[in-house]
Amino acid sequence: MIFKATRMTVAALMLGASAFAASAEGWQPENPECIAPANPGGGWDFTCRQVGKSMQDLGLIEKTMQVVNLAGGGGGVAFAEVVNKRGDDNDLIVAGSTATATRLAQGAYPGNTYDQVRWLASIGADYGVIAVAADSEVNTLPELLDMIKNDPTSVSVAGGSAVGGWDHLKVLIAANAYGVEDVRSVKYIAFDGGGEAVTQLLAGSVQAFTGDVSEAKGFVDSGDVKVIAVLSPERLGGEFADFPTAKEQGIDAIGANWRGFYAPAGMSDEAYEAWVSKIGDLYESAEWKDIMAANGLAPLDLRGDEFQTFVSRSVNQIQNISKEIGIIK
Amino acid sequence: MDILSALGDGFAIALTFENLLLALLGCFLGTVMGALPGLGPSNGVAILIPLAFTLGLGATPSLILLTSVYYGAMYGGRISSILLNIPGDEPAMMTCLDGHPMAKKGMAGEALSLSGIASFVGAFFATWGLILLAPQLVKVALLFGPAEYFALFALAFMTLGGVSSTNQAKSAFAAALGLGLAMIGVDTQTGVPRFTFGEVHLYDGLDFLVAIVGLFALSEVLIFLEERHGKASAEGRQLKVGRLTPPLSMIKQCTPTMLRTSVLGFIAGVLPGAGASLGSFISYSMEKRLVDKEGTFGTGDPRGVAAPETGNNAAAGGALVPMLALGVPGSGTTAVLLAVLLSLNITPGPLLFTQNPDVVWGLIAALFIANFMLLAMNIPMVGLFTRLLMVPPRILMPVVAMVSFVGIYGISGSSFDLLVMIGFGVMGWVLRKLDVPLVPIILGTLLGNSMEANLRRAITIDNGDWWTLVDSPLSLGLWAIAIIGFVMPIIFGRVVKNKMRQRKDEEGAISD
Repeated sequence: MIFKATRMTVAALMLGASAFAASAEGWQPENPECIAPANPGGGWDFTCRQVGKSMQDLGLIEKTMQVVNLAGGGGGVAFAEVVNKRGDDNDLIVAGSTATATRLAQGAYPGNTYDQVRWLASIGADYGVIAVAADSEVNTLPELLDMIKNDPTSVSVAGGSAVGGWDHLKVLIAANAYGVEDVRSVKYIAFDGGGEAVTQLLAGSVQAFTGDVSEAKGFVDSGDVKVIAVLSPERLGGEFADFPTAKEQGIDAIGANWRGFYAPAGMSDEAYEAWVSKIGDLYESAEWKDIMAANGLAPLDLRGDEFQTFVSRSVNQIQNISKEIGIIK
Repeated sequence: MDILSALGDGFAIALTFENLLLALLGCFLGTVMGALPGLGPSNGVAILIPLAFTLGLGATPSLILLTSVYYGAMYGGRISSILLNIPGDEPAMMTCLDGHPMAKKGMAGEALSLSGIASFVGAFFATWGLILLAPQLVKVALLFGPAEYFALFALAFMTLGGVSSTNQAKSAFAAALGLGLAMIGVDTQTGVPRFTFGEVHLYDGLDFLVAIVGLFALSEVLIFLEERHGKASAEGRQLKVGRLTPPLSMIKQCTPTMLRTSVLGFIAGVLPGAGASLGSFISYSMEKRLVDKEGTFGTGDPRGVAAPETGNNAAAGGALVPMLALGVPGSGTTAVLLAVLLSLNITPGPLLFTQNPDVVWGLIAALFIANFMLLAMNIPMVGLFTRLLMVPPRILMPVVAMVSFVGIYGISGSSFDLLVMIGFGVMGWVLRKLDVPLVPIILGTLLGNSMEANLRRAITIDNGDWWTLVDSPLSLGLWAIAIIGFVMPIIFGRVVKNKMRQRKDEEGAISD
């Protein structure tokens, strides 16, 4: 272990030295650290590692971004840690997403609210999709929602988040927009992650899937799954352009899973500005555009104050939906 | 022939100097990490991701490094199970049951080398299974809906009696305790927190690794402390190492076991909801049911070492099938590997084999290379590992405690987990005093969550109709095996035991 740690430090130092010349002027984090509030392998972990790697490749940071997995409480442990113990750390950023906002809105981080941290910037958004198996007789979103309207017990919808989580809310937003009166009757089955949920769609255990574009992509390419609606304001670009939006089918439902970062509330303004501009530079790079395209991330470029406002609006919106459907009182 | 030429291309990619060196490094680091309690394959792989990125490795070399770590850790987990009775990771838990008694009998060398061979056999067949059957096996995974998964987990629980040979009531109690512990956390089907007492750290439930390290490693330290003050240095650890290679007769005796459990473990690995722990567990309990006529399992039977080791390594290979072919991780480690693939801009899924053949076949070739390397590395190193037994406990035990604390803190970075671990350590110490087996507790925690989730998914999908649980031929078959596995020992157990007692009288004290 010791042997390995020194190896890594040496490697990091060497790379750091070579990147030094290329690095921008101004404030630089001494020991850049990114907390992924989940175990290795999830979306937040991916966000931290991918952004850390790309930032280093581009010379935006001098040293290797240390990724720390601080799992627990669906991100609540990390949030509490940042608020309570790391409140003035200038080198620290934390991966967040709509899931963070959802849990903050529903009070699932006991005693914590969204305004206890500084929101830095977004790095893209993953729009929600509703999909069915390729051999399903359902072809459009209204058809599916009609089935649910007539007999809610006939359709099981699978998703990767727990009940009340973002995957669940997406399908409820759509049902709500279509005029399903008691959205609580929609049968939602929670699985451990989008992958497992899609597998059960293929296995025929469930009739529909709610998740992110990136989760469904591989199965759409192979022809096993058809996307009946993407919950974006307009059609997505590139290879995703074939997916019809819910809007064009007359259902005004939008569900974006944004990904971004927050930082401790006590971070100095200098450091805050520096991180915002670093994430901004990363977002504009060609390398990041490729990563976004490969992973089905749609553009969502919000920085600094703009992002703060966006998050607060998004928390309010989720709070309203959650109240409407009875998840919170 | 297509497959062979593709595999040939794969070897051409993998057999470069750089890649071989990476595989060697990965195998070594993986073995070490697997052997350290608290560091399992998934953390091992996660820890080395930054190394792969900092070295600027491409897709194939990164995967070669990381899968070598994966296979290496699966090999390494057995070392501390056998020598210290502390599982190095979850799947290695079952290896404790017969591995440690073997070491106590002065056969540590044989147990280590035999389990090394068993690991090799399991991983070797699983890799072939991955090559030949990956596309077809995906269809098997698709046969398993929530109802079938529930039947599978029920089967695992019904064969639980196979785990402890002593007091069935105590192992039932232990399993129930484990099931109870599994309830802690936010319930995914309703979003309601259970038994969390408003403590956010408990919302995700208990981490199995924390529980294992506490129950096994820390309680071992506590027992040592107690005995040292009680009876001076107790009986000490005057263990004999024994010979370093297993006799041919032992390998021969274990061959059918290894072949059967390769298949069993592989299938458990392929099912995304099952994984390596279930693979090694089912391998052990099934094998005990099948061949343990004399009741020697649990007392240091070589077959009881070969079965779980073959099973968990086969499951490790099997878990790569759904990851590569469906993009669905079958275990914690494959979830990490999946994330690595994604960050290398490779999307696993049904089209991976056609879109990125160089990555897939390079990876498969690397698995073969890593497997041979690990065998070649592990057998000569048995002598080195067994030196561990020579370390006096007064030095070894503080090291175990230190590694446990550092390991657990390293994974989650939270001091709360350390407190939970200490809690488990004390609990393990008390339970050992009461002679309650610890393995069923972990199995209950490990499998209890998935069992409950799948039961409720199945029932919800069918609108509260319980008949859905026996609605498909597959689930009926699984239930049948489960019931036979549960009932048979009760009926025939007494007969066999009586016979055994007679035979033991005739043989005299030879068996000890």
